[in-house]
Amino acid sequence: MIPARASEAERMVRRGVDRFRRPPGPGWMLETAIRWLCFGAAAASILTTVGIVFVLVKEAFLFFRQVSPVEFFTGTRWAPLFQPRSFGVIPLIVGTLMITVGAGLIAIPLGTLVGLYLSEYASLRVRAVVKPALEILAGIPTVVYGYFGVFIVTPLLRVFFPQVEVFNAASGAIVVGIMILPLVSSLCEDALTAVPRSLREGAYALGATKFEVSWRTVFPAALSGIMASFVLALSRAIGETMAVTLAAGMSPKLTFNPAESIQTMTAYIVQISRGDTPAGTVEYQTIFAVGITLFAFTMVMNILAIRLVKRFRQVYS
Amino acid sequence: MSIERYRKRLTARGVKDLLFTNLCFVATLVGIFLLVVLLYSVFRDGRQRLSWEFLNSFPSRFPEKAGIKSALFGSLWVVVLTGAIAVPTGIAAAIYLEEFQRRRTWLTELIQVNISNLAGVPSIVYGLLGLAVFVRWMSLDRSVISGALTMALLILPMLITVSQEALKAVPDSYREGSLALGATQWQTIYRQVLPAALPGILTGVILSLSRALGETAPLILIGAVSFVRFVPENLGSSFTVLPIQIFNWTSQPQKGFQEAAAAGIIVLLVVLLSLNAAAIYLRHRASRHA
Repeated sequence: MIPARASEAERMVRRGVDRFRRPPGPGWMLETAIRWLCFGAAAASILTTVGIVFVLVKEAFLFFRQVSPVEFFTGTRWAPLFQPRSFGVIPLIVGTLMITVGAGLIAIPLGTLVGLYLSEYASLRVRAVVKPALEILAGIPTVVYGYFGVFIVTPLLRVFFPQVEVFNAASGAIVVGIMILPLVSSLCEDALTAVPRSLREGAYALGATKFEVSWRTVFPAALSGIMASFVLALSRAIGETMAVTLAAGMSPKLTFNPAESIQTMTAYIVQISRGDTPAGTVEYQTIFAVGITLFAFTMVMNILAIRLVKRFRQVYS
Repeated sequence: MSIERYRKRLTARGVKDLLFTNLCFVATLVGIFLLVVLLYSVFRDGRQRLSWEFLNSFPSRFPEKAGIKSALFGSLWVVVLTGAIAVPTGIAAAIYLEEFQRRRTWLTELIQVNISNLAGVPSIVYGLLGLAVFVRWMSLDRSVISGALTMALLILPMLITVSQEALKAVPDSYREGSLALGATQWQTIYRQVLPAALPGILTGVILSLSRALGETAPLILIGAVSFVRFVPENLGSSFTVLPIQIFNWTSQPQKGFQEAAAAGIIVLLVVLLSLNAAAIYLRHRASRHA
């Protein structure tokens, strides 16, 4: 008797639970449909990546059937539009790296100091002014930085160094440096503020000055986060397009002189796209070959940055 | 160590401390100074050209007659369409990752890593994607819709990340309370979690749309032309946007076009700064209520 009753009760409970779990009818279907829609939206991001890689690889493959990769990656003359044609990407890479290094020389020291100032020194009132100002600087479109490079920075450079050309790598590097400055400073600040108070208090208790606390205790503690900010900013500089297209020029020559006009990978892609290049031609494929090179550069740097941030998080959480 | 030497070292350390404080301060001043110079020089160059005429005329070969009507309308079309595509998708993706699938699986982990990687892809690469997929493969041509689709892909990672942050900030007690009262999961999300996360999400939406408004490179690849003497009429129209117009005028040699470029930049910056101000206001209001 007793076991039968128990199983009856159990059955009833189970039926109740089932009904609760999976209410039949339109409500349940709506619920599932929405869930799948949301999943689709999230999966779309994977599709984007697959699309980017597929498109770049496909067109670059077509390109490398006509031009040998050896010529592409080791050639020092880039002249895809004029006879005799030549497809050596080195000048574009050197141009890009010149802009990146120059921008880094400006933004890294300056940005780190601003980050240190904001996290360790600034009063609340100063922060209330400086933070929005930096946010504005970060929100200015890159084409505006291009204008700034062409009409303000270059004329100023030419006052001091008359040999500087109308379009030159230096001015491109300077404006890109200004552009990535807020990125460095805000990421550095985040990394520095994440350092626990106890470290600072310990250092103060041992009699350290504020400089010693920030430079010898807090800064090294936040180092991997700070390095991540540098890497991210440099990767942004590599992919920067409009400012360098306007300020640094369109002449792909192999030079290390910042006073001369150069061309970056991004500027070349823009140059070709402004003309009407039909699909299937080698010119059309070059922009994908250059694009995949650019993509590889930034991808490596981003992965590095994500690793650094992860390491930093492991230490302080 | 004698007391003399100790005193000397103490002074030296004090001097270093003072120097470093000032160095940091000066670096910050330099940053602000650069912003002021940038804004001032653009304002000085473009002020005279700003007029109703300028806003309401089409581009022209003569600098003094050139205006930004087609660029303004083009930008409006692209931003509105981009928003219409990207905002629902971005929020839905964030809801999936934060609400429906809260337990981390390999799939969500993959999506998450993928989103942070996408955020670091240069905008011009999205342009290459749009050119190959939307313009050529789907033969949407050099149209407003191709531009908007490309821009939507570009801002999606940012939108998803910001919406996720906003959803994370909603306390679990809201969800538990709603579920305990018998609401289904979607009812909980739609009636409790989303309204609570709305200010944060809106801030993110505004910031991503202002990014779309200022982007140039992907649209140049899509083939937004710079000399457009008409306003887009439908999704298939060719178009130009404000940053491309500015880019084009900046690369012209005549002085008149430089002024036109500066005036265009003023218009663009005024729009962007108002959007930013709106975002800051929203964030402020949200933090007051929380």
